[in-house]
Amino acid sequence: MLLTWFPILVTLAVAALVVGGMVTINRLTGPRRPSKIKGEEFECGNPPTGQAWGRFSVHFYLTALLFVVFDVEVIFLYPWAVELRHLGMFGLVEALIFIGILTVGLVYAWQRGALDWN
Amino acid sequence: MTQFNWSLINFAWLPILPLIVVAVGAMGVLLAGVQVDDEDSGALGILTIALLVFAAVLSLLLFGGRPSVAFSGALAAGGYTAYFDLLVLFAAAMTALMSVEYAADQGLAGAEYYALLMFAALGMMLMAAGDDLIVIFLGLETMSIAIYALAGFMRHDPRSNEAALKYFLLGAFSTGFLLYGIAFIYGATGSIKLEPIEAALSRPATDNALLLAGVGLLLIGFGFKIAAVPFHMWAPDAYEGAPTPVTAFMAVGVKAAAFAAFVRIFMVHLGPLGPQWTMVLWVMAGLTMTVGNLAALVQTNIKRMLAYSAIAHAGYILVGMTAAAAPRAGGAILYYLLGYAFTNLGAFTVVVALERRGAIHDNLADYRGLAARHPFLAAAMALFMLSLAGVPPLAGFFGKFYIFSAALDAHLLWLTIIAVINSVISAYYYLSVLIAMYVREGGVEPAALRTRPALIATLVIAAAGTVAIGLFPQPYITSAAGAFVSALGNAPHHHVVLSR
Amino acid sequence: MPLGVFIFLAALAVTSALGTVLQRNPVHCLLALVVTLLAIAVMFIGLGAVTVGFLQVIVYAGAIMVLFLFVIWLLNLQAELRTSPGYLALKALAGLLCAALVAELFTLLWHAPTAGGAQAAAPPGYGSIEKIATMLFSDYLISFEVTSVLLLAAIVGAMALARRAPAPQHASPQAAAADGPARPEGA
Repeated sequence: MLLTWFPILVTLAVAALVVGGMVTINRLTGPRRPSKIKGEEFECGNPPTGQAWGRFSVHFYLTALLFVVFDVEVIFLYPWAVELRHLGMFGLVEALIFIGILTVGLVYAWQRGALDWN
Repeated sequence: MTQFNWSLINFAWLPILPLIVVAVGAMGVLLAGVQVDDEDSGALGILTIALLVFAAVLSLLLFGGRPSVAFSGALAAGGYTAYFDLLVLFAAAMTALMSVEYAADQGLAGAEYYALLMFAALGMMLMAAGDDLIVIFLGLETMSIAIYALAGFMRHDPRSNEAALKYFLLGAFSTGFLLYGIAFIYGATGSIKLEPIEAALSRPATDNALLLAGVGLLLIGFGFKIAAVPFHMWAPDAYEGAPTPVTAFMAVGVKAAAFAAFVRIFMVHLGPLGPQWTMVLWVMAGLTMTVGNLAALVQTNIKRMLAYSAIAHAGYILVGMTAAAAPRAGGAILYYLLGYAFTNLGAFTVVVALERRGAIHDNLADYRGLAARHPFLAAAMALFMLSLAGVPPLAGFFGKFYIFSAALDAHLLWLTIIAVINSVISAYYYLSVLIAMYVREGGVEPAALRTRPALIATLVIAAAGTVAIGLFPQPYITSAAGAFVSALGNAPHHHVVLSR
Repeated sequence: MPLGVFIFLAALAVTSALGTVLQRNPVHCLLALVVTLLAIAVMFIGLGAVTVGFLQVIVYAGAIMVLFLFVIWLLNLQAELRTSPGYLALKALAGLLCAALVAELFTLLWHAPTAGGAQAAAPPGYGSIEKIATMLFSDYLISFEVTSVLLLAAIVGAMALARRAPAPQHASPQAAAADGPARPEGA
């Protein structure tokens, strides 16, 4: 039983080794001469204005929400895809109703301009 | 590969027809509404009402149907489901009716407003029909998410934002309890469908401690939704800040749906565990009535006062649930909710009548001298307040009467005494509204009612119902009792509840 | 799942869950939460609920955490905003009640496996995607379709609250004041 988990342990160990090794080697070999200018945020060579923390538009949130909703939709369709033949016509109709209801949401969001960026 | 045998799930069109009408209707309203200007959303409101009434007619046809279970035990059909469907659809239609002028006046986004109203109604109907904890949970979530958004619909009003946020945070928190409870019950009984759960109760192998913990968590989850003390903290702020028609819908629809599921799970299917949970409900009922009524005494805002009054009324209904051992208790609860729906929808309609954009007159002081300036409005408000106080022969009186007699049947003498004392206390704050309207002077001039026919219609329907249900209680209590018995008919071991 | 693996995963999940609650920077909290969710996902897989485990990774640790991140940015939550507001007595009371609840649950779960059914072996195919598909599309057909309505209601609700308001034509002074810089809608 424990043997089935062994490869995962190996993966974890290798991952930790690689990441830890890279960071350590960098720290040991690389030169470090910090200065105020170097510590500044990089804004394409311009002097930075404002703070790195800024309030995001609610638009990002709406887009993310729509993404989550349709992500969940796909998750629900995944089992259907696996058992497509077994579930037959009835399953197809069910899935179409499911997709149809969510398509209403997409059409609505589109009409309300949630997908426009301006 | 062999095809799946679909006949195994006992697919049935009839019980889900009202649900389909409401769901498809909500989507239609949504897509049609996007084309409509927010200031002319009245037509959308009328469309919503028409769809809800159509679904209600279908439910009415199903009312006398034989109790049955469809979709592998996911949905229960029959009188109980149809009774609550009718109640919820009525509450939603009345809410839409009182919103027709309000939403346009306040510039609320009509498409979303009416679509969410219908989604909430759909969720409530699922809670009433669910014979499966997952369906009940999904119904509760559909309802709650729609109502959270509706509560915050006045986006420029900080109070509305506060209401939505508080309701959402505490609602989500309570949902966690509910889900955890469902998980425990599943762990103890091996099923999330109510009938197998009930069957598992009598198996000696069922883990009682795990089951009781699950039942306790379920109690907390429902306690939040019906705003029972000590899970009521969100209610006053949410009721005060939400747009007033939404508050009415929260007070009537959400409460009815939560009790529909609560009563079906506890009184119908968890009846054998009655001795355990009625003890908890006894305390909860006493606290809820007392805290609600005492807090209502000191309120100066009418919506807050009605919020505490709604808490107190949840307490009275909990008295009915505590009396589960009495055969009459179920019917009494259903009748109470009906009378309460008419009365409370009416009271909130009066509050809507006094509101105009930018002029929210929801303080008790605003009602001073209303009788002189607007006798119709004042008389309607007086009627609703008297019904809420439980003055005969109005709906509120018989609701309390049936509940209290059921409590006495179940030998709950002390709880009945607490309930009666509470009714007396509540008369004080309900009557103070009457005194403000008829004796005091000052207050505000409400906008003319004449230009708002939908509001008048809402008031007339609510007032007529409050009087009719009170004057002729017999047909209603018979239907309510019949509906409850039909829920027992859905359960395999109903004799346990009846004979105890 | 071997006990050692479980202890490792459980320790990881609890530690990162504590990190979620205790760290001051909300983005760090979020990353800690991702670790918790991943640890739990591995537990699901180890218990035979493979599908649920992968859903946990795709939906929770993936999509929903991105949404969380956007919300943190939207609200512009910075570390200094999370200073404790006091209420020491209330916190102590809450801690006490929490401890009581945890103790209760612990006692309960300690006794649970002795009851019948809890130790019963899972039927063959338990947790497999085929089994879930058949259940979802037959016994839980209503729940499946209702889920789409729930998601639709969520879209509509979020849009109603977050979409850019059409310019109010005759807004009241109060509304105009509330529409100040504190509530930027849209970009």
